[in-house]
This record gives sequence, C-alpha cells and structure tokens, in this order.
Amino acid sequence: MKSTRAKDSFKRGLVAVAAAFTLMAGTAIAAEPIKIGSFLSVTGGAAFLGDPEQKTLELYVEKINAGGGVLGRKLELVAYDSAGDAEKARTFVKRLIEQDKVDVIVGGSTTGETMAVVPLVEAAQVPFISLAGAVVIVEPVKKWVFKTPHTDRMACEKIFIDMQSRKLSKIALISGPGGFDKSMRGQCLGVAKKYGVDVIADETYGKGDTDMTAQLTKIKNTAGVQAVLNAGFGEGPAIVTKNYRQIGISVPLYQSHGVASKEFIKLAGAAAEGVRLPAAALLVAESLPASDPQRPVVVAYKKEYESRFKSEVSTFGGHAYDGLYLVVEAMKKAGGTDKAKVRDALEGVRGFMGTAGVFNMSAGDHMGLDLSAFRMLEVKGGDWTLVK
Amino acid sequence: MLSRLAAPRTGGMLALAVVIALLPLVLSNKYFYDIAVLVGLNAIVCVGLNLLIGYAGQISLGHAGFFGAGAYGSAILASRYGWPPLAAMLATTLAVAALAFLVGRPILRLKGHYLAMATLGLGIIIFMVITTEDRFTGGPDGISVVPLSIGGFVLQGERLWYWVVGALLLLAVWLALNLIESPAGRALRALHSSEVGAEVVGINAAEHKLMVFVISAVFASIAGSLAAHYSGFVTPGKAAFLHSIELVTMVVFGGMASTFGAVVGAAVLTTLPQLLTVFEDYEMMVFGAVMMGTMIFLPRGVVPSVARLFRARRREPADHAETRR
Repeated sequence: MKSTRAKDSFKRGLVAVAAAFTLMAGTAIAAEPIKIGSFLSVTGGAAFLGDPEQKTLELYVEKINAGGGVLGRKLELVAYDSAGDAEKARTFVKRLIEQDKVDVIVGGSTTGETMAVVPLVEAAQVPFISLAGAVVIVEPVKKWVFKTPHTDRMACEKIFIDMQSRKLSKIALISGPGGFDKSMRGQCLGVAKKYGVDVIADETYGKGDTDMTAQLTKIKNTAGVQAVLNAGFGEGPAIVTKNYRQIGISVPLYQSHGVASKEFIKLAGAAAEGVRLPAAALLVAESLPASDPQRPVVVAYKKEYESRFKSEVSTFGGHAYDGLYLVVEAMKKAGGTDKAKVRDALEGVRGFMGTAGVFNMSAGDHMGLDLSAFRMLEVKGGDWTLVK
Repeated sequence: MLSRLAAPRTGGMLALAVVIALLPLVLSNKYFYDIAVLVGLNAIVCVGLNLLIGYAGQISLGHAGFFGAGAYGSAILASRYGWPPLAAMLATTLAVAALAFLVGRPILRLKGHYLAMATLGLGIIIFMVITTEDRFTGGPDGISVVPLSIGGFVLQGERLWYWVVGALLLLAVWLALNLIESPAGRALRALHSSEVGAEVVGINAAEHKLMVFVISAVFASIAGSLAAHYSGFVTPGKAAFLHSIELVTMVVFGGMASTFGAVVGAAVLTTLPQLLTVFEDYEMMVFGAVMMGTMIFLPRGVVPSVARLFRARRREPADHAETRR
C-alpha cells in the first residue's frame, strides 16, 4: 500500500518536472510580453469611470492578443485599483514603474489621481496616457503625459458656438459643487468672451440639493437672459431641468456632456424635451450618417462592449479604448517599446480615429482632439437626436 | 539591566530603531521605500491618536481633518505664497494646535457617541472647506506642493525621506512613551478608567483631555505637512472621513494603549492592500476577512494580545513549580 503511494507521488513529481520544463521552454520561445500598466478607480466614488475603463482594457488586450499581439509580442495588462485616492494612485504608479517595470501606462480615471502621478512618470520617463478630463493635465504640456478625453473647455466652446448660431449672447450659468462642475464653470467663464457670450447671472447649488427653484427664479428675474447653461454632473442637472419647466422659463436650456447618458433623460422625463448638450459621437453611434468617418469605430466598440458585458456603453470606457489603441499605434510606428521612441511616436500621431474623435497630436497639444469630437445633441421624443 | 531593556521605553525603542536601521536591507527598490515612508507617516499619526484613544479613552473620528489641514496649510503657504517650507510647516502646526485647542474645549465635554459625532463633524467641516475653497486649495482636483527644502538643501527621493521619516517616527514614539510615563500620562490613564475617580483624587480631567487632544492633532498635522511635501500633491481625500476611519482602525488593530501597537497597526494596514492585490476582484473581501479574523482572535489588538500570550506562557512553568512545592 505504502509503496504504491510512494510510486504515485514519484510519478506525479516527474510529470510536474516535465510540465515545468515545457512551460519554461514555451516562455523562452515566445518573446517577452509588452507590459501595459494601469491604475483606475474601479471602486469608490469614481467607479462609474474606472469600471468601464478597466473592462474595456481587459476586453481589448484579450482581443489584440487573440489576433497575434503587437509586433509579434503579446500584451500583458497590469492593472491596480486606486479607488479614486490620489495617494494610492501614486503608490501604484511607483509599483508599476519600479516593480512591474511596465513599458507604458494607460490610466488615471480622475484628474486628482492623474496630477498626483505626473511628477513620477516625468521623472521615470515613462509614456503615460491619462483618462481624466481636466485641461491642466496637458496644459502646460508635459513631455511624457498625454490624454484621450475631451476637455470641459471644448464642451463650453461647442455650446457657445451653438448659441452663436442661434443668436443667443446673454446667458445665465448655473452649476453644482463637484469637481467637474467647478472646473467647467471656470472654463466656460474663461472662454465666454471669445465667443461674444455675456454671462449675466452665475448661480450655484449645493451638494445633495433637491430643489433649485430659488436659483432658477433669480435667473428668471434677471432681465435679458437668452439662454441658460447648467454645468453639472450627477442628479443635479436633472433636478434643474425639472424645476426649469415647473417655473416656466422659456429660453433654451443647455446641459453639459457630464449628463450625456440615458439616465439623464430617464430622471428628467418630459422636462428634458428640447434640452441641448454636447456629447461624444459614441452616444449616438447608430444614428450617425453612414458617411461619417467616425461611425465604424464607435459602432464597432459599442457592439463589442455591449455584447460582452451586457451593459450600456459609456464614453469613459471609450477613452480607455482610445488610450490603448494610441499606444499600440505608437509602438507599431516606433518599431518596439523603447520609451523615448514610443513617446515621440505618440506625439507624432496624426489622423488617428478613436471613439472620442480624430487625434492629431503635436509637440504643443498632447490631447489632439478638436471641436469635431463633440456632437450637439437635442432631446426629442425621449431620445437623443443630432442637431444639424 | 535586563529588566530595563525589557521596559518599553528602552527595549521597545531599541527594537524599533533596529528595525528602521535594518529594513533597507530588504527594500530593493523605490517602490518598497515608498511604502515604508507611508507606513512611517501613518505611524506618526497613529502614535498621537493612540494617546487620545488608547490612553485618555477619548474617541476622535476627525483626525484626518487635522492631517488634511496640515497638508493643505503647508501646500498653500509654501506653494502659493512661496513661504520657506519649514516656516510654512511651523505656522501650520501652530494654527492646527490653536484650532484643536479652541474646538477641543467644548467638544471634549461630550462623551462616547456624542464625542464621536462632534469630532466627525469637525473632520467633515475641514473637508468641506478644503473642497469648496478652490481659490486656495485647488478644490476636489487637489493642489501640487513644492518639495521640502531646508536652506537650499532639497529633500527629495524615497531613500532620503525614509531616513527622515524613520528618525521622526522614533522621536514621536519617544515623546509618546515619555508622556505616558510622566505624571500627566498617569493622570490620563486614571481618566480612562474612571473620570469621576480621577477628579476625586484631584486630576483636572478637562485640562488633561484637552492637552492630549492638542498633542494628537499636532502629530497628525505634522505628518500631514510631511506627506504633502513628500508626495508633491494633495487631494481633499486626505482629509476625508474615510481616512479618519482608517487611522482609528490602525490604532485599534495594532492594539489600544500600546504605542508600538499603533506603529504595528499602521504598518500592517498600510502594506496589506499592496499585498492583497494578488486577489484582484476579491481584494476588499480578503481585507475585510483579515480584519474580522484579527479582531475575533486577537481582541485587544495585535501587540497587546501577542504580548499577553507570551507573558502567559512564561508564567506557566513558574506556576507549575509552585504547585509542586
């Protein structure tokens, strides 16, 4: 009895050794994988950003590997959950650089997390594509830092251009307390002059407010207001929209790209009719005309994501898609993973079609998107429609 | 001699110094140094907080507020107004001490849950101010901070910071141990067991509680200032309620009324999330399970429970000898 067991374990040992050898041989033949580092807010308050971003990265790394990888090498994703905490993000980026020795970093769901790690990637000279929104990330330009999402300033500009075309020049601004709201309010005030727009009322509401009638009444009573712009995120804008109709303000209402999701229409209900807002093409993927050069990319991404995860696609995941493919594109152009060459190649990207629009990077612009990235949408019959 | 070494003030200090001196042998890259620095900074806060929670028996759910105030004070004065970092740190520390003194007086009259609520409120107010006063603080997106420089010498790099934070941690532990052994420390412990009893024997409870509240706030503020200069960037998250909870958890986990427990708690809870990343999606669950397991099996916190086990084992043979006789 005992001897058979000993024999068994000996045999098992042999098999294990053989397996180990074949494994080693296997890795020796295949080239080292290309390591893509990432840190995202998969949990915590910014999970709505990090979750689709991580899913997208996983999905497309898998897809690229199934198609043979990049330059004959497989991609390996090393992703950590920074939970929206800048300190954690910093530690994880150190880990990515020092411990995991990644070739490139794609991540950073929030502006705070991104800005906290900028000094690290600059010092370590690792190409870094941020997935966060604010302008400060790429202005002033930082040598190793790029970003894929459009900025709130572009949203302001898009809105103001639309206002110009409707001959609306005296507007009221109403904004919330969050980071997004504050940043956008500042940017809009900054560029208003350039488009001949006068902000004649500037109201704010607090976190968790459930009624904005007071602020809106003030706006209603301000003489000469031709349009209202709500720079807001989350539930606030839906409440503003409802109150707006309740107290019977008749001038056009503009919302920001921050509420560009079906959720907003659901929350605001019938009050949302006629509201205009700028949004990425991804939201209206299927209704884009067939001639639109962006259509194939956004439709493919939407299909891929929704069939895999059975949940609605969001622009945030799209930013991760753009980041990953920009890196792949740059590596192909650089012919390898040499960090300086990849960085130069990233800066040289021209006419790359992503979910957010066409990327034309340059030494002075590390985002590379222009206003065509945004589409002006209007709510009609409980759905988004493109404004011609 | 041996008994002297076994006393926490000398033996413990020596052990901590040896650990800090030898740790670099296993820290093979900057990432490990970074974790060590974070452990040190958290430990400084916890040593201070432990004086309040463990010795004086007063809860605070707002200490991240002091940490954040320290971080933002340094950040704003040094980065926005160009103050020398040390002067900024000093001014901030004094301001936080004054704040703790002013607020502490009325707050510390409260007991138990009410005190918890009041400190919680204080922390939230500081957090709100930092988030909303974006002209000074940069708002929710945070603010970048200049590196710590002392008269032309710029303190930069994880290795240098490691030694600085290590030395400061030793200093913090030394101060705490001395305070505990002093008459004031004995008064605090008396307070912890019975406030009425302590007052009957002539201890001014309010004054002692206030003193330890201010001291713990100062520890948190200095650690906050250092953290801001070290990482070069602060976000309001450092002042948030969740961070307060983390700090209290470190103290309780390591063992209340044990200065070295506070250090161990800070070390374990800072490194654990880094170790648990191998569990990926189950990271938080495993983290929770470790916490629950520790509190069930080592209910007095890691250090006191383990120390007790050792003591019990040492006493056992002696007990046997006695019965035999």
